[in-house]
Amino acid sequence: MRGQEARDQAERKAAMSTLAQSSGDDIVRLWNEAGLPSDAELLRGPETGLVTLRGRIGGGGAPFNVGEATVTRATVRLPSGQVGHSYALGRDKQKAMLAAIADALWQDPGRRAEVETGLIVPLRSALTTAQEKRRAETAATKVDFFTMVRGED
Amino acid sequence: MYVAVKGGEAAIANAHSLLADRRRGDRSVPALRLDQIVEQLALGVDRVMSEGSLYDRELAALAIAQARGDLIEAIFLVRAYRTTLPRFGYTKPIDTDNMLVERRVSATYKDLPGGQLLGPTFDYTHRLLDPELAAGGDVAEPLQRETEAQAMPRVSAILAREGLIEPDGEMPQDHIPGDITREPLEFPMARDIRLQALSRGDEGFLLALGYSTQRGYARNHPFVGEIRIGEVELELDVPELPFAVPLGTVRVTECQMVNQFKGSAKAPPQFTRGYGLVFGQSERKAMAMALCDRALRATELGEDVTAAAQDEEFVISHSDNVQATGFVEHLKLPHYVDFQAELDLVRRMRAEYDARENPVKAEEKREAAE
Repeated sequence: MRGQEARDQAERKAAMSTLAQSSGDDIVRLWNEAGLPSDAELLRGPETGLVTLRGRIGGGGAPFNVGEATVTRATVRLPSGQVGHSYALGRDKQKAMLAAIADALWQDPGRRAEVETGLIVPLRSALTTAQEKRRAETAATKVDFFTMVRGED
Repeated sequence: MYVAVKGGEAAIANAHSLLADRRRGDRSVPALRLDQIVEQLALGVDRVMSEGSLYDRELAALAIAQARGDLIEAIFLVRAYRTTLPRFGYTKPIDTDNMLVERRVSATYKDLPGGQLLGPTFDYTHRLLDPELAAGGDVAEPLQRETEAQAMPRVSAILAREGLIEPDGEMPQDHIPGDITREPLEFPMARDIRLQALSRGDEGFLLALGYSTQRGYARNHPFVGEIRIGEVELELDVPELPFAVPLGTVRVTECQMVNQFKGSAKAPPQFTRGYGLVFGQSERKAMAMALCDRALRATELGEDVTAAAQDEEFVISHSDNVQATGFVEHLKLPHYVDFQAELDLVRRMRAEYDARENPVKAEEKREAAE
């Protein structure tokens, strides 16, 4: 049971990560295509605030505060009772609403598959493609050193 | 008694509408859109985010447009906006080891795990103006190269294996990171607070101070151990969820400066370090920050404090360009009453001086006045 719970949490977190990284436009488009329901009671937000980013001295040492970033969050309750949360960088309130509803739907075992296949999987695949492209473009700028031999000996 | 002089409302209103007109400029030229600024003036946007101390590209672009490209004015606008928002908390420290790297170079090791990745750099360009850019031609897609995801350990970890470099900066176990947005500056300050101030500090000021250390004012023999630029994921602990909630990714620039150190009464000979971490692609700023961080550790490492770059109170008190511009620019606001008082004082002192130095002439002047 503990193992299942931990796996569920990891999957839910992964879905929230995908939603946070995706653009509001992509979420709206896929939401409509998948015909996901958007009726939910708003419990909090959507509201924009600040988080303070922390880094570590020397990369791995003690934490320090670097600066702030805008974050928008929302909390909703579905007619079926599930409560969903969303947090994402930026100020996109519609995205925050939909992401919170998606999180709530995801927790309903009867709807999880629908949210995953209709929304999370395609969003994640687009993010992965973009990351792979970026990685490959960066890799093309990798320096291949070679040595030149001068003279006879 | 204090007498308020009023007036100028109409002049101010008209000046602001004139500003709006000049900001828009020639109406036959298309207006700039914010997405154009975000995409095509990206490093200016990054500078405003880093010194405005707020990661939000669209807001930084709006600030740049509103400030007519005056970046310090834009930084000021962003700082003012920040104060209007509630705070949700502190993120977990970012992990630059797990960065999606877009550039990574080391000046100390040629062959390091992960390799040297030049990325989108100005380095090795010839700094010749490009007429083709002026003509607005199409730009080719960049080349791609098949690659397997490869671990890219920080260079400091490689040097650490030999035991010749100091560890990443540690603080006492119970130390809570200081926050200059919550508490006033106090000197001397801990390194974590100094780094927060440096990360939002003025690039030009820190660049000049870093340069001064290279020219011999607090010389500290720096090498770029590593610069890396790329995206890292942010996470925030919140009470309503049993795990840290992911917030998305931000681009940062990290600089590990490695400095030869011959030892002192406080520390053995080794490589010491300066650290820079800045929002966006801001390489010059991250390098300058790392040079200043190292110079400011003079007392901690038992070095003599002889130069401006080592003087914590001097550097940190003057590194914030919003404070600096506020105090310098306030000089142009009306000081009529102050100046009147000074004028009276100088007149009186001059009359006394004249009476002392040249009694006859002063007497004639007094009579003429009567």
